[in-house]
Amino acid sequence: MLLKRLPFLLFALTAAILAQTMTSEGSEPKVGKTPENLTKQECSDCHMAYQAGFLPIRSWQAIMADLPNHFGEDASLDAATVKEIEQYLIKNAADRKGKNPRWLKAIPKDVTPMRISQFPWFRHEHGKRVNNWIKANPSVGSVSNCPACHKGADRGYFDDD
Amino acid sequence: MSRPRTSQTQRGLQAVLTSTFLLVGPTHLTAGPAQDAVIAALAAEAGVSGFSAQTGKAFFQASHSGGKPETPSCTTCHTSDPLAAGRTRVGKPIEPMAVSLSPNRFTDPEKLAKWFRRNCNSVLGRECTTTEQGDVLTYLSSL
Repeated sequence: MLLKRLPFLLFALTAAILAQTMTSEGSEPKVGKTPENLTKQECSDCHMAYQAGFLPIRSWQAIMADLPNHFGEDASLDAATVKEIEQYLIKNAADRKGKNPRWLKAIPKDVTPMRISQFPWFRHEHGKRVNNWIKANPSVGSVSNCPACHKGADRGYFDDD
Repeated sequence: MSRPRTSQTQRGLQAVLTSTFLLVGPTHLTAGPAQDAVIAALAAEAGVSGFSAQTGKAFFQASHSGGKPETPSCTTCHTSDPLAAGRTRVGKPIEPMAVSLSPNRFTDPEKLAKWFRRNCNSVLGRECTTTEQGDVLTYLSSL
């Protein structure tokens, strides 16, 4: 009986393994790994700890330089903590090690983007339909609440829409 | 000599009292020793014998000026009901502020200082006085 089913069982097993390796979570996230330790702890108090690979170095420097005025709130930290988090963000930023991804090339060098949600690619991905849906679902809060829709967001995976 | 037997009525009464405590008890829990210690330290600093939950409530519920326009009140994020969960402006849930529902609240002086510093500046554009802090903590610990 078992022998008769063996081909099917083998097929099912292979399919399951393939499915596992082919999911978007099988590879390193494009935006880099999710911050750990101090960065994760401090940056996820009010929102998800956004991956450093979402913004270039100049943006992280500007954000970390003005935490008492952080998008309408005081998010100040002691100087040592600010320094450690900034170092992490710079080391893992979108333009780390001379990288220059295409989506970042579109932004002039003398412009310092402050919000991930204002990049053209982000606005393209989150069009009218998404924004209307957020308005209709107040529990989501805002388009900055990635994990409300992207269940793998805090691990760096956003391709599940 | 045998112990006096508990009468049926007594046992029944005990059961009622026990279940009443289990059902109602937790919602009436006031601050634990850690919150008491934090509040006592603030009282010593302010040179007062105690704080007012009522004043704390008014402060928590009020709309303030002087802070950032996005956050005019504690209730902007915490809602007007400290027994309910709040939400950050981004949308991340915040545990209820009432100590009865979030017993670990206000037990870590460092965390407390961090959030009073940030939130008082966001809402009022200044530091909160020791008395304001004590009143609010007394209010939230009494719920």
